[in-house]
Amino acid sequence: MNSTRLYEKYLLIHLKSMMQHKVSFLLTTIGQFLVSFNIFLGVRFMMDRFKEVKGFSYGEVLLCFSITLMAFTIAETIFRSLDTFETIIGNGEFDRILLRPRGSLFLVLCSKIELTRIGRLLQAVVMLIYGIYSSSIIWTPVRIMTVVLMIIGGVAVFAAIFLIFASICFFTLEGLEFMNIFTDGAREYGKYPIGIYGKTLLTICTYLVPFALFQYYPFLYLTGKTSDSWYSLLPLAACLFLIPAGLLWNFGLSRYQSTGS
Amino acid sequence: MKKYWSFFRIRFIHGLQYRAAALSGMVTQFVWGTMEILLFRAFYESAPQSFPMEFQALSTYIWLQQAFLALYMTWFWESELFHSITTGNVAYELCRPVRLYHMWFVRGLTVRLSKAVLRCMPILVFAWLLPAPYGLTLPGSFHTWFFTLLSMTLGLLFVVAFGMVVYISVFYTISSQGIKLIVTSLSEFLSGAIIPLPFLPDGIREFVNFLPFASAQNVPFRIFGGDLKGHDMYTSLLGQVFWLAVFLVIGQIMERNALKRVVIQGG
Repeated sequence: MNSTRLYEKYLLIHLKSMMQHKVSFLLTTIGQFLVSFNIFLGVRFMMDRFKEVKGFSYGEVLLCFSITLMAFTIAETIFRSLDTFETIIGNGEFDRILLRPRGSLFLVLCSKIELTRIGRLLQAVVMLIYGIYSSSIIWTPVRIMTVVLMIIGGVAVFAAIFLIFASICFFTLEGLEFMNIFTDGAREYGKYPIGIYGKTLLTICTYLVPFALFQYYPFLYLTGKTSDSWYSLLPLAACLFLIPAGLLWNFGLSRYQSTGS
Repeated sequence: MKKYWSFFRIRFIHGLQYRAAALSGMVTQFVWGTMEILLFRAFYESAPQSFPMEFQALSTYIWLQQAFLALYMTWFWESELFHSITTGNVAYELCRPVRLYHMWFVRGLTVRLSKAVLRCMPILVFAWLLPAPYGLTLPGSFHTWFFTLLSMTLGLLFVVAFGMVVYISVFYTISSQGIKLIVTSLSEFLSGAIIPLPFLPDGIREFVNFLPFASAQNVPFRIFGGDLKGHDMYTSLLGQVFWLAVFLVIGQIMERNALKRVVIQGG
């Protein structure tokens, strides 16, 4: 059985097990929606009062917000098991995974597929559509491709962060709460184009953790703030962030000593 | 009274054990506070005339919010309490010669206080050392300090009393998921945790100010920053007293009624 088929099987199992608790699934989905709806309301009221922020209009901000939210949500749905990796290590589940004749990372990903995030994804889609309508962007094939690349790049960056987070767990055996800064923080503050937070933060988000490569620079091209079309290819550069993350995972895996439970 | 005091002490010492979590939480809150201020600075630079309060007052609001997050967070629930109601373990609590409402109230108060005590000082000192418009500005008059403390206490008691109503409602509904969901999503926004209430549009703002959630962090933090003073301040303080009393009464009535007909599920 190839990996895609296996993943499909796992997906089906997760779907079935979730449908055993329909009310719980529904409530969690609504909860996901409402929490990010609150953040949307915050943006809405702020933009209502100030009309624009550093040259970005309400429609443009919504577009940026929806792209970040969508990238994060897709990444969280697929890679949620890495975010809670300390439990898999702690309860001995990882030792069992190592015994199976498949890649360990692949099996870890299969162990949890967080489908309740669909509530948030729905909101991201609605905002994206609204953003596309209300912003005065002239849509060309290149611009449409830019949006797609931004989402792919974003998923890659968040995936890399989740992977780094999990790799560190090999050494610490417990989760590090402050790593949330890079995941929840990026989702929370990525609602606005990163450039508005000032030069220092933009530098950090370009060279240290490449949030700006998928969120800010291509967005400048998208909104016509720059005509340099190379900016639209930068999300691909952000995908390179997966390489060090993958290396760290392999390094951690080679040093892994079981917790003994 | 003495038994509640010792209960308070036990819980408080218990809460102080989680130092690593506190350190980690502090790092997160430093970053969060900084990001919030950078965000509001961007708006301020775009249109300073639309800013509804002094930038200094806003910075103070944000830092106090980060430092005292544990006191006023409305999304924090002790799942143990919900769990004890649904599993029937609450029966053990009912055997004790103390009133359930009082004991859980003290418990809610202590959890928040012990979390806040560990985290607040470093954040406050750090924020105080930051350059002028971005840091924490201390008010000059004794008057402001006094009313801030009074209002903080009222706000904290209100948040705990409100939480009690939610906990006890589970005696009636058995499942906590729905109520937690509604309360968490509503209260976050309405208490000014997402954006400070003065930033809401006219019309909506006046309405939200009438709601109970505005009595939590909104009042003390704005008094301290000097944004809320004079007549408005006294009205807000009265509002805090009013909502605190309302929720204390509702909670106790609900508790009495629930315990009259309580059915312990399972053995």
